[in-house]
Amino acid sequence: MPSNPAHAEPSALVGQAAHAEQPADAAPQPIGRPVIEARGVSKTYHLDEIEVHALRGVDVAVHEGEMLAIIGPSGSGKSTLMHIIGLLDRPSTGIVAVEGEDVSAMLPNELAAVRNKRIGFVFQAFNLLARTTAQANVELPLIYAGVSAAERAKRAQEALARVGLGERLRHMPNQLSGGQQQRVAIARALVTNPSMVLADEPTGNLDSRSGIEVMAILQGLNEQGITVVLVTHDTSIAQHAQRVIEIRDGGVVANRIVVDRTDAQARLAEYLHEHAGDNAGDHAGDYTDDHMGGLQ
Amino acid sequence: MNLVESFRIALRALGANKGRAALTMLGVIIGVAAVILLVAIGSGVQQEITGQIEGMGSNLLFVVPADISAESGGAGGGAMGAGKSFTLDDADLLERQLGGDALVVPILQGAARLKAGSHSMRAMIAAANQYGSEVFTSDLVYGRGYSRSEYITATRVAVLGATPAEELFPGQNPVGREVQINGERFEVIGQYAKQGGTLSGDQDNRVYMPLTTAQRLLSVSDISVIVAKAEDPGRIELVKHKIRQALRPSFGDDITVFTQEQTLGILSTLLGTLTVMLAGIAGISLLVGGIGIMNIMLVSVSERTREIGIRKAVGAKTYDIMSQFVIEAIVLSVVGGAIGILIGWAGALALKTWIPTEITWWAVTLAFGFSAAVGIFFGVYPAWRASRLDPIVALRYE
Repeated sequence: MPSNPAHAEPSALVGQAAHAEQPADAAPQPIGRPVIEARGVSKTYHLDEIEVHALRGVDVAVHEGEMLAIIGPSGSGKSTLMHIIGLLDRPSTGIVAVEGEDVSAMLPNELAAVRNKRIGFVFQAFNLLARTTAQANVELPLIYAGVSAAERAKRAQEALARVGLGERLRHMPNQLSGGQQQRVAIARALVTNPSMVLADEPTGNLDSRSGIEVMAILQGLNEQGITVVLVTHDTSIAQHAQRVIEIRDGGVVANRIVVDRTDAQARLAEYLHEHAGDNAGDHAGDYTDDHMGGLQ
Repeated sequence: MNLVESFRIALRALGANKGRAALTMLGVIIGVAAVILLVAIGSGVQQEITGQIEGMGSNLLFVVPADISAESGGAGGGAMGAGKSFTLDDADLLERQLGGDALVVPILQGAARLKAGSHSMRAMIAAANQYGSEVFTSDLVYGRGYSRSEYITATRVAVLGATPAEELFPGQNPVGREVQINGERFEVIGQYAKQGGTLSGDQDNRVYMPLTTAQRLLSVSDISVIVAKAEDPGRIELVKHKIRQALRPSFGDDITVFTQEQTLGILSTLLGTLTVMLAGIAGISLLVGGIGIMNIMLVSVSERTREIGIRKAVGAKTYDIMSQFVIEAIVLSVVGGAIGILIGWAGALALKTWIPTEITWWAVTLAFGFSAAVGIFFGVYPAWRASRLDPIVALRYE
């Protein structure tokens, strides 16, 4: 995987959105082999006497190199689906395969090993370890992968450089803005070279500008060949993806190619232009600034 | 993940909560220090007392006219009272039979009321023959002990222990003075130095006199016990055998011969039990300290539920989480144990001025081992709870 920090610079991200020309009604074309596949997946919860069917026979495939959005309102079952394709949970029935390997029957510890190797998580609430430096946070998955300390430090620094935080290795989460914290989380997700980065409402706790920046980074990473899955209720966020799967009442109701895909880099430029009068100069073309936007 | 990483994580977590870690350790520190200190006092006292007895000489044999071995029904007092008593004839018999093998010292004890001038008091009579000073080891401050001729003629002479001397003749040399014992007039011929209290009672509150004099004074013909002092400590078993043989015709098997070694053995067992009991009491505080660790670890686990969720999401296995928390508990207890050892040790050394203390390796090892075991035992449950957390639930935890 390329790890040139220059790719994370805004200039390198400008001028993409190449996939917006496909017709809206065309059946989605796989753009690579499936990295994660769910076949006939159902999940039933037993709350007291009541059976809750969170998922009812869902088929989803995440293809290598694509940027997929899973969208649905709260209660639709999208969180359950995310947990299952993120291997945090197991389906009641159906099969989940990672890189062709069936993981539905794996024990929690085996799933932990697969998560560690194959899946990078980005959460709405960042979920960084408090009182722990950015670099140590990024190193965390490598510790559990058994990577040596020197190698860990090197790879964590590379990952942080890719998200534009190469200068903030020693900062604690509470010394970073929300957007910066989310970028640390993205670096943590990337550091193991996973098959897929799974981002659950990655902009949910961020102000608009930081949200745009985070989406720009995710799009940039996808441009570099990393598979990204966005889970969101927000159609404008889903618009950043190449393909959208819509979940409602525990089933897939739509699977479509995104037309008129949003280019986060272009939106960032627009945003900066609109707000040029506010605090121009400080931020222009640079998202490694210290603005404390977003929710802490 | 290897153990080094688990240690690093555990130490970082403890470092983030230094005050709490210190307070948690305090329980273990107090427990370990208490175990070491109490055991040090117990063993110190044990050493001192056995040392005192050994100081009397390892070649002493105590002969009592009763079978006080295990199967005699335990009625020691009854056996002494109901059974036969020794008389001076028995002592003479032993003296003849043992010849040069041992000195034979018949001893009679009784109560006495002492009076000199306006002072009066109670004391114990300790009477023996002219070899009495061989058994009642103490240095003379003034005067002399009684002689063989005074023993034979039952002269009314007395040597005072430190307590009666101080009570009746404060700050004076009592030699040549007159003292009334049970109404009879005695001449004081000497005074013994202060010995201090020992296990066998107040050695100082005594008045020493010839046995024959004491028999007349108390109107008895018995003697309490016969002590034989073997000339050669190596032949003590032979002397013991000879004593039994000599007394068999008149007493049969109703004879008990204690050697110093046996007395020591009984005492050591008793004092050892006492020491273990002290250690046990201190051990309870160590247990309480351990429960403190468990309590804090449970709090720590629920506080860090989200952290556990994050770790699990990025690939921590059950074992990784478990070892992280168990190591935290072990570090708390082992560091607390080490500090406790230092404090207990220092305390034992400081106390040495007033109480005999003896730092024993078994107490140090036991206290340390126990504190580490407490850490593991009370750390495992919270750690197990942490390791069983569902990552989804843990990540949602606020």
